[in-house]
Amino acid sequence: MSAPVDYVLHLADNALVLGQRNAEWCGHGPVLEEDIAMANISLDLIGQARLLYQHAAHLIGGGATEDTLAYFRDAGAFRNYMLLELPQHGPLAGTAAAPRDYATTIVRNFLYSQLMVLVWDALQRSSDGQLAAIAAKSLKEVRYHLRHSRDWLLRLGDGTPESQARTQAAIDHLLPYTQEFWTETPAESAVCAQGIGADTRALQAQWDAEVDAALTEATLKRPTGPAYLPRGKEGLHSEHLSYLLSEMQGLARQHPGATW
Amino acid sequence: MTPTTALKEWPLWEVFVRSKQGLEHKHCGSLHAADAQQALQMARDVYTRRQEGVSIWVVPSATITASAPDDKAEFFEPAADKIYRHPTFYAIPDEVGHM
Repeated sequence: MSAPVDYVLHLADNALVLGQRNAEWCGHGPVLEEDIAMANISLDLIGQARLLYQHAAHLIGGGATEDTLAYFRDAGAFRNYMLLELPQHGPLAGTAAAPRDYATTIVRNFLYSQLMVLVWDALQRSSDGQLAAIAAKSLKEVRYHLRHSRDWLLRLGDGTPESQARTQAAIDHLLPYTQEFWTETPAESAVCAQGIGADTRALQAQWDAEVDAALTEATLKRPTGPAYLPRGKEGLHSEHLSYLLSEMQGLARQHPGATW
Repeated sequence: MTPTTALKEWPLWEVFVRSKQGLEHKHCGSLHAADAQQALQMARDVYTRRQEGVSIWVVPSATITASAPDDKAEFFEPAADKIYRHPTFYAIPDEVGHM
């Protein structure tokens, strides 16, 4: 697989997997208004994923389509950050059927949106014109996702003792997974050298400053100590991705080529 | 943020949206939110997801003083037989143009 394809699939898989995770709240949101907000965010992400898969399919050529890329690749071929595939609960919940935790959802959306506000902004200057156009559209959406998740981070962090404890637990659980944002794969090195991709390492200082400011305002603490280094964007995933994909891909695989 | 008492129930807000072509904000519904800023954000998600608006107002429902249904007879019915109050009752000279 060429480096540009690998990179576009990485961006697409991020959006699709998080969109699918957030969509688990559809019909189950903590309040009606928030249920609709989270469904909107999911649809934005799935819309971004579609544009990116269409672009990747164009780069791949042959019989590739957005559907073959979304529905007929297995977990090992997915290039999303591991952070985005984790279930909506803490690390020791036991089973995937454990109750969803909104603090986990909010913290994950905050950490990812804060990154993507910077990445999409940089990608507006990509030498790949199609990617630059997708970035311009996605930037507006993710700015709202950041506003939404940051707002809830402050409300939950600086809220009741229970909301504070749950949000801190979600930060302690999820923040270490962001280490993967700052490593560089061979494919990323190649697309950055070609002016196609955004070098996340150049964005890390700003991301750190924005995250620290939000955590301080939310009276939350940033966990210290050694962090696990996930390698989801290289195809090494947690067990959770397979379950997510089997639910998402099941229908398309049972009825290949079916249309409405 | 200043400490506030946690509410068991979020207060109700009335939402007004101005559409692209519209000159005035129109009432489109209500929602529950913890405060005005959150109400604005939720109104964006609930009422403008199909490009309905370019501007949103939210107003605490509790601050609206409404007429009582029981007052209907004395409030509204006397206007029913006074058609001369409608501008269509008069012929408008052509020179006036569009009104």
